[in-house]
Amino acid sequence: MTHYLEFEKSLAEIEGKAEELRAMARDNSEMDVEKEASALDKKAADLLNSLYSGLSAWRKCQVARHPDRPHCKDYIDALFTDYTPLAGDRNFADDHAVMGGLARFKGRAVVVIGQEKGSDTKTRIERNFGMARPEGYRKAIRLMALADRFGLPVVTLVDTPGAYPGKGAEERGQSEAIARSTEKCLQLRVPVVSVIIGEGGSGGAVAFATANQVAMLEHSIYSVITPEGCASILWKDANRMVEAAEALRLTAQHLKELGVCDRIIPEPLGGAHRDPQATLRAVGKAIEEMLADHDGKSGDTIRAERRRKYLNIGSQGLAA
Amino acid sequence: MNWITNYVRPTINSIFSRREVPENLWTKCSECGTMLFHRELAEALNVCSNCNHHMPITPRARFDALFDGGVFTEVKVAEPIADPLHFRDSKKYTDRLRDARKQTGEKEAMLVAEGSLGGTPIVAAAQDFSFMAGSMGMYVGNAIIAAAERAVKLKRPLILFSAAGGARMQEGILSLMQMPRTTVAVEMVKEAGLPYLVILTHPTTGGVTASYAMLGDVHLAEPNALICFAGPRVIEQTIREKLPEGFQRAEYLLDHGMLDRVTPRGQMRAELISITRLLLNLPPETPALPGPETAEPEAPAKEAQKN
Repeated sequence: MTHYLEFEKSLAEIEGKAEELRAMARDNSEMDVEKEASALDKKAADLLNSLYSGLSAWRKCQVARHPDRPHCKDYIDALFTDYTPLAGDRNFADDHAVMGGLARFKGRAVVVIGQEKGSDTKTRIERNFGMARPEGYRKAIRLMALADRFGLPVVTLVDTPGAYPGKGAEERGQSEAIARSTEKCLQLRVPVVSVIIGEGGSGGAVAFATANQVAMLEHSIYSVITPEGCASILWKDANRMVEAAEALRLTAQHLKELGVCDRIIPEPLGGAHRDPQATLRAVGKAIEEMLADHDGKSGDTIRAERRRKYLNIGSQGLAA
Repeated sequence: MNWITNYVRPTINSIFSRREVPENLWTKCSECGTMLFHRELAEALNVCSNCNHHMPITPRARFDALFDGGVFTEVKVAEPIADPLHFRDSKKYTDRLRDARKQTGEKEAMLVAEGSLGGTPIVAAAQDFSFMAGSMGMYVGNAIIAAAERAVKLKRPLILFSAAGGARMQEGILSLMQMPRTTVAVEMVKEAGLPYLVILTHPTTGGVTASYAMLGDVHLAEPNALICFAGPRVIEQTIREKLPEGFQRAEYLLDHGMLDRVTPRGQMRAELISITRLLLNLPPETPALPGPETAEPEAPAKEAQKN
């Protein structure tokens, strides 16, 4: 069953009606509903088109968080072969919010790391909704160090509401783990390419997305704080998230303009979840191109370019 | 009437205003409520004489007490583009900035300076919590980069005092990008083989803790400073249980292995002198050097034994 977002209600009605008509026709072969149903299809397609041609920042947040959106695991399953998950931070635990390991990407050996939100109640709880604890960042650091030692490029898939705000996470050094992960990203002599596939939530995302190149899916977001959090602090009202989302300029389009995102990967009409296969293919193509950009470059060059990129961020603002 | 308005009133006013008691002659300790006389409070570096509460201190006051003879030279920081997102909540970001500048007399939330500390030339940076909660935006990022570049150029240790509510939301993603940017700065200092010391002061939270504040060679903190990634309120709302006493305070972090030492403000200078000279393999400070305070060299040693 399709999961409709709150702003897609009217779309749900039309698509539901078309579906109903067709179901009726299946039960009663004398009924000819095709004409009526296809008229509804057309109406739905037009509506979808108009809804998605100018999504507001807040609506993009909703699409980016869509439960049916392809998640990290889907990308790893579809785009990588020989995926060999590696576990644990060698200190405390294995964090299931972070997936990662050795894999082959179009024949090339790589290390892939990402945050996985889970796809149903059971896996969501298991994955802690994609919110990593210090162990998750320390696992990522371990894997990045491994990649560096064996000259394997690092591909990161970012999808997290943020780092987990818990008692144990704080006690075990959530800040330090994030800081070290970002530091590790900056130290590597192998290319790091990152795709923000859904939500790039604050420091929890930076720890994975400090990369030579950062791609964002068309309706993904990347922000210093959630719109709800920002609204409750600056507007003193969490319900003002629509305005906060707008003000934060957290869309892929704004971030491209600000030089934080290097490329935007187009999504199928109606969002990644409406055609997961097409989305997976598009992301695969982007990763391939981003990795190819670094072929033949020395480790020192790769590292120096990454650093320079970050030092230069902020030299351009948004057009008035 | 004219004589009264032109002569009598101004005269009375001037006599009256001259005798007016400055509002801030006494400061109430925010922790125990003791009224503290401004001169004594400044001498104690804003530490309450009754309960030892460490109140906020401006970067300038801190530097006055830190550098030998209170002498330091400001390091120039590259000016970032103003209000890159054209941000506006209930107030325009540009207005908030203007108010903060008026209120503090400072340009932004971080001050960078060079000078000598116990005879050792250093570069220091201090975050200003009174300036928009010390929040880390592009200026703070540029300040840390400037401090690091200066330290590397002069081959000096970098000493950084952190204090921030986190990232500056009004600069959106560009404030978040200060996490990798400042990390690059820290890397530059480390690669040059120079010490990078962090003093975490109340409060150091969010993206600041999760970047340059947690990457020091040595982490010192002021007593009872709140140091965290997620704030206590957010955690309580998430896990729906009461947090233990002293959670996320400096002493708690020391117990959990995130800090090297908790050092009272009054002993900070002596301790920093000792640590920098040890790291640089220099002989102990010659006692003849003038300093704003003459801390007993035994005091930090005793503290060390306690741990």
